[in-house]
Amino acid sequence: MNLGMKPSSFTTSSNSWKSTDVVLDQFPVGLRVLVVDDDPTCLRILEKMLRNCLYEVDLISEIGIFCSLVFEILSFVSFTKCNRAEIALRLLRDNRNGYDVVISDVHMPDMDGFKLLEHIGLEMDLPVIMMSADDSKDVVMKGVTHGACDYLIKPVRMEALKNIWQHVVRKKKHEWKEKEYQQSGGSVEEGERQQQKQPSEDVDYSSSANEGNWKNSKKRKDEEDESEDRDDTSSLKKPRVVWSVELHQQFVTAVNQLGIDKAVPKKILELMNVPGLTRENVASHLQKYRLYLRRLSGVSPHQNGFMGPTDAATFGPISSINGFDLQALAASGQLPPQSLATIQAAALGGGRGATTSKSSSPIPPLVVDQRNIFSFENHPRQQNIINGGKQVNLLHGIPTNMDSKQLVNLHQSAAQSFTNNMSQSNNSLLAHMVQPHPRTHILNNEINGTHVSVVHGTAYNNSVSNPSTATVDFSSRSQSTELPVNNSFAHVSSNSGMSNLTSKLQEEVNSGTRGGFVPNYDVFNDLNQNQNRGAHDWGGLQSSVGSSNIQQRLGGVSSSVLVRPNGFSTNQKSGPLNSSSLTTDNSLSRIKTEKLPDMGFQNGLYHEQFGQEDLMSALLKQQEGMGPVENEFGFDGGYHLDNLPV
Amino acid sequence: GYLDEQFIQLEDLQDEANPNFVEEVVKLFYTDSARLLRKIDLALDDRPFDFEKLDDVMHQFMGSSSSIGAKRVQRKCTEFQEYSKDGNFEGCTRTFQEVKHEYATLKKKLENYFQLAKVAR
Repeated sequence: MNLGMKPSSFTTSSNSWKSTDVVLDQFPVGLRVLVVDDDPTCLRILEKMLRNCLYEVDLISEIGIFCSLVFEILSFVSFTKCNRAEIALRLLRDNRNGYDVVISDVHMPDMDGFKLLEHIGLEMDLPVIMMSADDSKDVVMKGVTHGACDYLIKPVRMEALKNIWQHVVRKKKHEWKEKEYQQSGGSVEEGERQQQKQPSEDVDYSSSANEGNWKNSKKRKDEEDESEDRDDTSSLKKPRVVWSVELHQQFVTAVNQLGIDKAVPKKILELMNVPGLTRENVASHLQKYRLYLRRLSGVSPHQNGFMGPTDAATFGPISSINGFDLQALAASGQLPPQSLATIQAAALGGGRGATTSKSSSPIPPLVVDQRNIFSFENHPRQQNIINGGKQVNLLHGIPTNMDSKQLVNLHQSAAQSFTNNMSQSNNSLLAHMVQPHPRTHILNNEINGTHVSVVHGTAYNNSVSNPSTATVDFSSRSQSTELPVNNSFAHVSSNSGMSNLTSKLQEEVNSGTRGGFVPNYDVFNDLNQNQNRGAHDWGGLQSSVGSSNIQQRLGGVSSSVLVRPNGFSTNQKSGPLNSSSLTTDNSLSRIKTEKLPDMGFQNGLYHEQFGQEDLMSALLKQQEGMGPVENEFGFDGGYHLDNLPV
Repeated sequence: GYLDEQFIQLEDLQDEANPNFVEEVVKLFYTDSARLLRKIDLALDDRPFDFEKLDDVMHQFMGSSSSIGAKRVQRKCTEFQEYSKDGNFEGCTRTFQEVKHEYATLKKKLENYFQLAKVAR
């Protein structure tokens, strides 16, 4: 069969690609597709179809403007000794920028298509298209939740292939935008450097605008990643600044030194003296921090009562696990830091909008928040770095009973020790709470393979279908943030090894690898979206948004936390998926509404932790809309509705 | 009709550069499907009966046949899958025989078709 057919690749030169430009009205030239399928017949047909597109493009290319399509098709035949999907992964890893899009079959003997999808999403920011002869809704849903950009039904038609470039463009465009945001503060040189580097790699073809842009943005991201003064074990492009615990501590110290009123980003930046940190990063982080503080002060004191001893108990292990996981994850380097960031951001932002692709379901912000808080409190900030698929294994296995109590606890603890002593319980609480988030967050990240780019100050209106950016835009506070968060969440969950964030969604998303933590980011997203419309109630609903979404999505998951803040009708609006669960959740959430303040707090907390502006805003937004997020996602650990601290 | 529009799509893909594309694909299909069919045969003889595996293999086979547009074969496969999902062994074996039958018929017809096509050229 065709093992590793490598058509000559005509990489484009560095034509700068403006996001608004669409180079071709047909197939974009230079699209490099990797097809993974165990069926040789199908492979051959796909190859021919793709090449045919190339052929068409070739005609155009005679003008000398466009590059030809390049694709590599790997045929994984059953009698091949090695692991075919592994081959695909290896190929992709070796050629980080070698492919623009991956088309993968769902059912493969050596590796589950969804797992591959997750890996790819996690490790490389590539759009992945699933295909199968199976067109049953739940399988398609699974693909979507795992972060697939698209799902094609076999037999694959030519027209379907003609459209795959849209996903690539969309993704790149998003990344590009985020990069712009990120770099506007100042890593411009990097970008430029990258740009210059770009041509060197290209073969002598003039690149299409798209191609150039893709490359540029990819490069830029890579550069950015490298410049981060973080332990990014993975070399994935992550434009986000990961606000590790240490970094945040530095930040807080600087802020306290200056006085919260006088703290301006420029001065903070100077005080912090962290290389590679831009004023914008600080500004967005500061914004989140301010929100967090506001939330803290706005939270009613009664929350304190909720935290029960159980929480501490649970949290203890959680936090330790989290820390452990994070480190492990970080070490594994599989999970791009951005995922981590995303997760955190998601946690912070309540997982809003971080939907990278249409597939990724919104991760409940709560999860992210928790994560953020957790990571925040836990010094092993590696969380941010979570590399590899295990990112969110933070709370793996820990029955996170994120009920309102916990939230309250968390909140309170967070409030008390926001910057300093993250007591163990806090950590655990946070961790506990964070669990769902990071998972989802990661999922999103991974699934969507997008970075959680921190879009500073941008109104995060990520449509769910925006696959590339799981950016939570905290600063913008727009509701749109949901999407980014969700995306990130989706990614998160898709990462194999993601910790089991409770929610069922997670499970679904994580093709079973995780402990089922996958919060229903989708739900969350929907929820958030709905909620965002309504409620930006900073007062404390924020946190709930995320979680409620998640829970709702979970449907059967014991997402009892749909705490609907009083007066918030967002829950109702949660996505269609969970209409039924919604109702139950709603009732639950009502009970928990009071707990909201916790969530708000948490969200705020998360914000702090995750310097990802996007996430934070998303999270915040979500929080606003939602009641306390008691992520009672169908954790494997046994999150159940029972957790409702009534 | 034994073949549907998908087959026409394949023919459309055929061009000057690949004059035998369709035939090539079909040959690939033969090889691969022969292997799959054999697998199913063995699985049907296997005890205890593994419906899931059957369903899996049949799914692959169905994917291939749909790729070349083998409509009838594909339909039979779907039938088979329904039986295997229900855990109906009798239904599976019976349907599988029908699948094989359809497959054989299709093969023959395709051979005729290609021969005619060659003559026509």
